[in-house]
Amino acid sequence: MNGGVETALVIGATSDIGRAIAYALAKDGCALQLAARDTARLARETRDLRVRTGVAVTSHRCDILDEDGGVSLLDTLDSLPEVAVCVVGLLGDQAEGQRDGAIAERVMRTNYVGPALLMGALAERFERRGGGVLVGVSSVAGERGRAANYIYGSAKAGFTAFLSGLRGRLAACGVHVVTVKPGFVRTRMTDGLDSPARLTATPEEVAAAVVAAIRRPRDVIYVRRVWRPIMFVLRAVPERLFKRLSRL
Amino acid sequence: MLSGWGRYPALDCRLERLRRCEALPGLLHRGTTLIARGNGRSYGDAALNPELTVSMLAMDRMRAFDAGTGLLDCEAGVLLADILETFVPLGWFPPVVPGTRLVTVGGMIAADVHGKNHHRDGTFGGHVESLTLAGPDGATRECSRTENADLFRATLGGMGLTGVILSARFRLRPVETAFVMAETLAARDLNETMALFEASRDWPHSVAWIDCLARGAGLGRGLMTRGAFMERGVLPPRLESNPLCLAPAGKLRVPVDVPSALLNRVSIGLFNEFCYRLGRGRARAEARPVHFDRFFFPLDRIEAWNRLYGRPGFVQYQCVLPKGEAPAGVAALLERVAAAGQGSFLAVLKLFGPTGEGLMSFPMEGYTLALDFPVRSGTAALLDGLDEITHRHGGRVYLAKDACCAPARMREGYPRLGAFKAVRAEAAGAPPRFASELSRRLAL
Repeated sequence: MNGGVETALVIGATSDIGRAIAYALAKDGCALQLAARDTARLARETRDLRVRTGVAVTSHRCDILDEDGGVSLLDTLDSLPEVAVCVVGLLGDQAEGQRDGAIAERVMRTNYVGPALLMGALAERFERRGGGVLVGVSSVAGERGRAANYIYGSAKAGFTAFLSGLRGRLAACGVHVVTVKPGFVRTRMTDGLDSPARLTATPEEVAAAVVAAIRRPRDVIYVRRVWRPIMFVLRAVPERLFKRLSRL
Repeated sequence: MLSGWGRYPALDCRLERLRRCEALPGLLHRGTTLIARGNGRSYGDAALNPELTVSMLAMDRMRAFDAGTGLLDCEAGVLLADILETFVPLGWFPPVVPGTRLVTVGGMIAADVHGKNHHRDGTFGGHVESLTLAGPDGATRECSRTENADLFRATLGGMGLTGVILSARFRLRPVETAFVMAETLAARDLNETMALFEASRDWPHSVAWIDCLARGAGLGRGLMTRGAFMERGVLPPRLESNPLCLAPAGKLRVPVDVPSALLNRVSIGLFNEFCYRLGRGRARAEARPVHFDRFFFPLDRIEAWNRLYGRPGFVQYQCVLPKGEAPAGVAALLERVAAAGQGSFLAVLKLFGPTGEGLMSFPMEGYTLALDFPVRSGTAALLDGLDEITHRHGGRVYLAKDACCAPARMREGYPRLGAFKAVRAEAAGAPPRFASELSRRLAL
């Protein structure tokens, strides 16, 4: 058992980070509800987690791009989990997004609209129950819009703000909201990107940080400590200067 | 630059990561040859192809486990370390493990690895019930002893040259504890060492470290270790509370490339003398429980130990000699090494059981000797000399370790190469789509 957590829902479970978080939770004996869009890939992860951990694992189709942000997922769950983790994300191609509104919209909906609606719907149920932990994986890219990835960054900024507001609203009723800003992580999303080794976490590091933040509730976590001072400085730089560092 | 565990040779290879088997046809459609690569623990050039090397590390899902029979079904990129972490606490252990747990299932099949129990249990491939192999068109085939049997036998030990191994099914064995009752015996010369192996046939696990700088009367002196998994009832009280525990991960790491100049006759001679005396002293002590991690994977405790040999890298030489030839042949090999003064930290001798079914599998009934040498100017000549001795005594070299062997000698060591080539020609396309620097160098 994981600090009283018997069941956790992981949305975006076929992502590298989602898989690692699900594994870390299951290793503590927590039963899993896995949700993702691609059911074939989800079945592969479900089997793997069952064999590796022996916990009960159910799989649920969920498309964050559906009109309702995938909220219908919640009707397919056998029980309301104590913990819900949303790892959904799409980096997208900034240049393509600048040219093509449909591509930009897809990035915005995947990173903000869908996850926010889904976390909002879960929040309603958690509030009614009077407890639970909501974990949203956002991004350091949402701290400030950079020329290189502001479509993705703005959506993550929205999600970060949403989680922040949700945390304030639910604090009184025992529902805790954790915002995770992992920085660079070695995953499919960053395949081919050359990120600095000291700033780049593994999915397992992210998972360990998330599990720790669930056990002893934290509000906002960066996975590698080095990101906190970096983001502090980045936020403090005046816009006039930040503009010139545009492709930072 | 990509290389094997020996860090020699290093080649500029195009490296792609396979994440789902559905993506394999796309890689094949590029029209180049390719080789699948596991965790890069073969020593030489077996998992290198400059045109396209496909990392299988992301193909690491377990598919099913039958707790009634111990049958595990998993993808080829699953690490042995993951299997141990998952199943030892449940009381299961792989039927055969090599000297490191940082290998993939696909790699264990492709090299048809052996362990300290080869004399009793054969190679890993002998325990594989079936495997799924992708061919040159990306289509998959089930291979087993009853289905595509020829392809199955060619794939065990086939060095990835028959196709891409995607998944496999093999049976784990029940163990009551994670501890091995192990004892170490000192042998004063090669005859004594070999006599100890003969006397230890009933022990499930046996291996000997040889002081390869000892000459004359002490030639082949060494320390023989043998062991057997312990049953729960005989565990000492201090281990009773957690009989199936996993050992904490090794924390040691070789932080930098050791300057090659530090590896010389004197330093290695001292090291070997020290080890021999230490072991001989301990040998008088009784058998004692050793955690399986230490017993099977002592080097895994030292991360990146391949850096011990410095930047130029090292080559490992492992050969097997048929039993009748072994006393004279192993003595000749050791004499050659001692004369060259290029001792290695690791000289390992082991008695193998009968030849297995894999057409290109390395083990045959007899003695296998493994040595490693830093790459430097005299190394090629020394290896050539060792090859010549191996060849003269009817032995062969291990392809998973080799980086230098001459094609003609290698071929004579593998009498079933013709059959292997025929199966490969049929299964892997003509010319074969699955190729490596090793297959090119040896004209396999």
